[in-house]
Amino acid sequence: MTTKFTPDHEYLRVEGSIGTVGITPYAQEALGDIVFVELPEVGKVLKKGDEAAVVESVKAASEIYAPVSGTVTEVNTTLSGEPGLINSDPEAGGWIYKIEIADAGEIDGLLDSDAYAQLTL
Amino acid sequence: MAQTSADDLKTTPLFERHLAASGRMVPFGGYNLPVQYPSGIMAEHKWTREQAGLFDVSHMGPCYLTLTSPSGDDEADHAAVAALLEPLVCGDIAALKPGQIRYTLLLNAQGGVIDDLMVARSPVQPGSLYIVVNAGTKDNDFALIAAAAGDRAQLRRADDGALLALQGPEAVNVMAHIVPGATELGFMQCGVFDWQGEKLVVSRSGYTGEDGFEILASAKAGPLLWDALLGDDRVKPIGLGARDSLRLEAGLPLYGHDLNETISPIEADLGFAVSKRRREAADFPGARRILAERDGGLSRIRVGLIVEGAPAREGAEILDQSGAPLGVVTSGGFAPSLGKAIALGFVPPTQAAPGTKLQVSVRNRAQAAEVVQMPFVPHRYFRKPKAS
Repeated sequence: MTTKFTPDHEYLRVEGSIGTVGITPYAQEALGDIVFVELPEVGKVLKKGDEAAVVESVKAASEIYAPVSGTVTEVNTTLSGEPGLINSDPEAGGWIYKIEIADAGEIDGLLDSDAYAQLTL
Repeated sequence: MAQTSADDLKTTPLFERHLAASGRMVPFGGYNLPVQYPSGIMAEHKWTREQAGLFDVSHMGPCYLTLTSPSGDDEADHAAVAALLEPLVCGDIAALKPGQIRYTLLLNAQGGVIDDLMVARSPVQPGSLYIVVNAGTKDNDFALIAAAAGDRAQLRRADDGALLALQGPEAVNVMAHIVPGATELGFMQCGVFDWQGEKLVVSRSGYTGEDGFEILASAKAGPLLWDALLGDDRVKPIGLGARDSLRLEAGLPLYGHDLNETISPIEADLGFAVSKRRREAADFPGARRILAERDGGLSRIRVGLIVEGAPAREGAEILDQSGAPLGVVTSGGFAPSLGKAIALGFVPPTQAAPGTKLQVSVRNRAQAAEVVQMPFVPHRYFRKPKAS
């Protein structure tokens, strides 16, 4: 298992061919209280960089982009009733969707944890 | 995650206090102000509804308009200074009693709103008005008022000090320990009080729908008063984010969003601000349009909407049930007190009755919305019983 990051503050936790996508603790802190999450549909085919989901704070809406290309296999429906999980537990209970990764080569283009940490200093 | 380019931003006398409290500073109306503190908008909003929130609103535009040569007769001097301001606004300024505040509107010749503002008759100085305008519009407002006054009155800006707002059900109990005399004020009354040798102008008013006070202090006294108020456990500092969600729940318009120079008072559902005497005299800017709209010739009106699902933000289209466009959302967001999304926007009067089922378009998807009576959350102002 390995976790990669985008400059837009999404994380991709890779287990075999499935990646779990959410936003980083830094991102949830910056966005503030999340009040609504628009989830993608299971089966949706995404290209790297496509808008996959939207998280809304009290103040504003923020798009969540696909870190890699692939097909959505599962979404975190708990977030519909408890969007605040993204704030309280962004890396575990606050995951947003899972994706069947189409091209494992795209993973290498993402940031590792050291590079991401540099970005958010 | 906007970067604050602090160089050309003004700061308020509370700037160091915001930094010390880890406020997240953002540019707003030309000033560097906290959008939130670490507890976050949701917690700050709820704290204000339940306890007392302290806001730095020093970016706003307080000023005094004072007769150059007062006669010494209080009533005659008030009539004289009121007559200088009235040609710009639709409110009855002449009728104000000493210390009474009125919400009014600066209008252009077409009846559009140049700004919304508070005007008080000075509680202490004959022939003087205490006026508070919005931050983003203040230079223009002050220029308009000063030009209208000519050499008969002088406009003195007071926006170099600190303006604090203490809002919430516990505000009065907090003030009882700090400026006890101010608790005698009723909603929309102001007074001048001494605090540790400093003069404070205190108004019983605010922008949250709660009981509370707005306090003008000198730049020197402001931070000390801020500390004194926060010394009470019932008081927490509140940022601009919760200020916006609180005013939205209270159904109060925000200039530049729900009000602008094309929108009339009647369209904005602020008909109460067009005073009876002024209506009868039809002597305010844009009177022809405004009176015609009041008599039914109205094409759009501001309403409150409860929105199902994702918040509808400013600019979202409002649709009827068949999907035909009716108007746009001018402010919208999540209402922490209600746990759902609410919005303000403009629709034709035929679609404006509470209970009307409409839709809003969010990211090209139609979501259910319903017109509701405003305010969304009941106002809890402290109105004094009329003196018998």
